[in-house]
Amino acid sequence: MLIIAQHGEIFIILACLFGFFMAWGVGANDVANAMGTSVGSKAITIKQAILIAVVFEFLGAWLAGGEVTNTIRKGIIDPELLQDDPQLLVYGMLAALLAAGTWLLVASMRGWPVSTTHSIVGAIVGFAVAGLGPAMVDWGAVGTIAASWVVSPLLAGTIGFVLFKSVHYLIFEDDNPFAAAKRYVPGYVFLVGFIVSMVTLTKGLSHVGLELTFNQSLLLSILLGGVIMGIGWLMQRRIKFEHNAKDHFGYANVERVFGVLMIFTACAMAFAHGSNDVANAVGPLAAVISVVQTGGEIGGSALVPWWVLVLGGGGIVVGLVTYGHKVIATVGTGITELTPSRGFAATLAAATTVVLASGTGLPISTTHTLVGAILGVGLARGMAALNLRVIGTIAMSWLITLPAGAGLAILFFFMFKGMFG
Amino acid sequence: MVTSNPFSSMFGRSPFQPLLAHIVKANECADQLLPFFEATLVDDWDKAAELRENVTRLEHDADTLKTELRLNLPNTMFLPVSRSDLLDLISVQDKIANKVRDITGIMLGRKMRVPDELADPMRDYIRTSIACVAQARQALEELKDLLESGFGKNVSDVMQKMIRELHTLEHQADDQQVTIRRQLFSLESQLPPVDVIFLYKIIEWVGELSDRAERVGSRLQILTAR
Repeated sequence: MLIIAQHGEIFIILACLFGFFMAWGVGANDVANAMGTSVGSKAITIKQAILIAVVFEFLGAWLAGGEVTNTIRKGIIDPELLQDDPQLLVYGMLAALLAAGTWLLVASMRGWPVSTTHSIVGAIVGFAVAGLGPAMVDWGAVGTIAASWVVSPLLAGTIGFVLFKSVHYLIFEDDNPFAAAKRYVPGYVFLVGFIVSMVTLTKGLSHVGLELTFNQSLLLSILLGGVIMGIGWLMQRRIKFEHNAKDHFGYANVERVFGVLMIFTACAMAFAHGSNDVANAVGPLAAVISVVQTGGEIGGSALVPWWVLVLGGGGIVVGLVTYGHKVIATVGTGITELTPSRGFAATLAAATTVVLASGTGLPISTTHTLVGAILGVGLARGMAALNLRVIGTIAMSWLITLPAGAGLAILFFFMFKGMFG
Repeated sequence: MVTSNPFSSMFGRSPFQPLLAHIVKANECADQLLPFFEATLVDDWDKAAELRENVTRLEHDADTLKTELRLNLPNTMFLPVSRSDLLDLISVQDKIANKVRDITGIMLGRKMRVPDELADPMRDYIRTSIACVAQARQALEELKDLLESGFGKNVSDVMQKMIRELHTLEHQADDQQVTIRRQLFSLESQLPPVDVIFLYKIIEWVGELSDRAERVGSRLQILTAR
C-alpha cells in the first residue's frame, strides 16, 4: 500500500507514456492493415483512408472499446487475488506495455510478422506466470482468447465466402449486372450500418450516458442502418453506366457501384479495429489507474475512466498521422488484385467478426481476421491468385510473438520490482 | 519499416495475365503464316525469310511468357482453377507457336513452292487454321470477364459458344485437308517424289495447327468447368 501511495503519480505517468507509445505503434502499423484492402481496391484514396481511419478508429475506441479493455485489464489476471500486493499488478502491467511496445518496435524494424494483440496477451500471461505464479492466471479466459484467435479468421472466412457468393448470385449472374448492383448495393450498405450499430448498442453505451434496452437498440440500429442506406443510395445514384468496348458485360461499371459500398465498409473496418485494438494499449493502463486511484484497493468493479479510451484513440490517431500514412500507402499499393466487390466482401466479413469479438470482450488480431476473410473470398472463386504461404507467416507470428512478449515482460517486471521495491 | 506485410505477400501475381499475353503471341505468330505462304508462291524468298524471322521472334517471346508463368506458380499459390489444368493449357498453347515455326522453317529451308493447282485450296486451308487460332484466342480472352464475375454463368455461356464455333472451324479444316490430299494424290506422278513427301508433311502440319487450337479450347473448357 505504501508503495502505491508513495509512487502513485509516477506509476500513472509511466503507464500513460507506455500506453500512448503502444497506441502509437498500433496506429503506425496495424491501422495500415485494416485500411489496406480499401485503399488497394482503389475505392478510396490514401487521404480519404487516413481521414476515415482518424474519425472511425477514434469512435470505435471510445464507443466500443470498453469490453476488450476490461478483458485485458482484469480478465486474464484476477486483481482480487492480488489484494495484498497491489503494486505487483502495477509493475506487471507497466512491464507488459513496455514489453509489447518494445517488441513491436524491434520486430517491425526487422520486418518480422507480429501481432499487437498476441504480444500484449503474451506479455501479461508471461509476467503473471513468472512473477506471480501460474495460479494467478485465469487459464480458462486465456484458453478462450487463444481459441478466438483460431476461430476469428475461420469465422471471417466463412462470412466472406457467403458474402461473395451472395454477390455472385444476386449481381454477377444477373442478365444486367449493373442494374442488379444498383438494386442490391443499398441493401449491403444497410447491412454494414446495422451490424456495426447493433453490436455496439447491445453491448452498451452506458459510459457515454446512453442506456438502452435490447428492443430499443434493435430499433435504433435499424434506423441507423436505414439512414446510412439512404446516404449510400444518394451516392450511388450519381454513378452512370459508362460504355466501354472492352467491357462487354459491364463489370467495370458494377465495380464502380461497389466502390461506393467500399467507403462504408472501410468506415466499419476502422471502427472495428479501433474497438478491438485500442484495448491492447489502454487495458494495462486502465488496470494501473484503477489500482492507484483506489489507493491500492483493487476494486474489480471500477469502471474504465472515459479519458483512458480517448487517450488510446488519440495515440492511434497520432501514430497514424505521424507514420501510419506511409504504411497505408505501401500496403495499399501492394494490393492491386483486389477489386471493390471482393474488397467489400472481405472487409465487411472481417469488420463483422472483429466487432463481434469486441462486443464479447475478446482481443483478436484484426490482421489475421482480414487474411481469413480474403481467403474465404478466394475459396468462393473470387481471387485470381492467393499465396497460401501467408498462413505459415501467421503461424510463425504466433510462435515468435507469444514467447518474445512473455520473455520481455518478465524481464521488465523484475526490473520495476527492483526499482520500486 | 514493414517489409513482410502479410497482405503484400498474400496477393500473388495473377497467372492469367501472362496466359492471355501468351495466346496473343501465338496468334500473332500464326498470322505470319498467310503472308509467308504468299511470298513462297511468288518465289520472294527474301520476304519469306523476313517473315520467318518474325515467327522465330514471336515464338521466342511466347516461350519467355510460358517460362515466366511456370516460375510464378509456386504450389502454395491458391487459384480459382486447378493448377495442373492451367499448366496443361499453357503447354498446349505453346505448341501452336512451335508448329508455325516448324512449318515456316521447313518451307524456307527447302524453298518449297506449292504447285499452282494447289495454291487456292491451300490458301483457304491455311486461312481456316489461322481462324481456329484466332477463335481460341477470343475464347481465352473471355477468361478475364469470367474471373471478374467470379465464374458467372453469363460469361461462361459466351465462352462455351465460342468453343463450339472453334470445333466447327476445326471440322472445316479437316474436310479441307482431305480434299487437298486427294488433289495432291492426283498430281503426285508429275512432281519430284521428295517434294511430294514434304508437301504431305506441310498439309499435315497445317492441320495440326487447327487441331492444337481446338485443344486449347478443350483445355479451356476443362479449366473453367466446375
